[in-house]
Amino acid sequence: MGFNPLLKNIYMTFTLLLFYLFAFILTSSALMVVSTRNMVYGVMFLILAFVNAAALFILLGAEFIAVLLIVVYVGAIAVLFLFVVMMLDIDIKIKEEINRKRPILVLIGVAMLCEIILVTKFSSLKLYETVSLFPTPTQITNTQAIGNVLYTDFVLPFELAGGVLFVAMIGAIVLTLKDETRFTRKQNITDQVLRNKANSIEMVKVKSGEGINL
Amino acid sequence: MLEITHFITLSSILFCIGMSGIFLNRKNVISLLMSVELILLSVNINFVAFSSFLHDLVGQIFAIFVLTVAAAEAAIGLAILVIYFRNRQTIEIDSISSMNG
Repeated sequence: MGFNPLLKNIYMTFTLLLFYLFAFILTSSALMVVSTRNMVYGVMFLILAFVNAAALFILLGAEFIAVLLIVVYVGAIAVLFLFVVMMLDIDIKIKEEINRKRPILVLIGVAMLCEIILVTKFSSLKLYETVSLFPTPTQITNTQAIGNVLYTDFVLPFELAGGVLFVAMIGAIVLTLKDETRFTRKQNITDQVLRNKANSIEMVKVKSGEGINL
Repeated sequence: MLEITHFITLSSILFCIGMSGIFLNRKNVISLLMSVELILLSVNINFVAFSSFLHDLVGQIFAIFVLTVAAAEAAIGLAILVIYFRNRQTIEIDSISSMNG
């Protein structure tokens, strides 16, 4: 790049600052999601977490995934959660009994985090030595690059993803349909076979200017 | 300088928060589902970070599929939740034991 070193330095520091800002909001809103008592607040913090994750994706140069995250998660999943939370009418003042295992469980979570971070820090794997399968071109945008790969090399998984969504949609509809309000048009074979000219057609003479009563 | 370890650390923190949410939560299934969404988000952050740092688009493609599966999972989970609430008038996790599993 043709930047001078000072400008590049400022740019790097600025991205780092942005990363810390978004990461802080993301982590704290995730903590609120798992710790809040009121489910509506939980969904709102989930939305905040997703928006911050989308900002992080933009920082990484993956604009398409970022916008997709907002459209799919905030626009669809979070609204679905909100609908269910409000529809189910759960009383939020469920008594909080003392869970004696809670410190142990928190400890398990912290231990897992420490393990993952240790493995990341002291791993002997060279993370950067992977051979790139589809190098990101610089001339075209991120969305174009994804489209070029998604509809050619990954067309079968793409179709399968559509199938997964279709099955999920049908499943959700069938599961939540109430029996008494079920609206189905079933075929009655006997009726169809027994139907003939005599009981299905009625010939009427219509006088002009008077009409008929059916 | 923004490095990949930043993103790995962030996503592991997020993953552990989601896991702890599943452990600790005794109240209802909705916050359990939200914890699962957080875990999937952390996986997505990992995918996109590696994809961006290795200049490899497959990670982003896979993130799209993870997003798809997450949407399907949320829809099915909430549908199951709605019919469970319709039958039992509760969604407390401790009370969901009729299958004696």
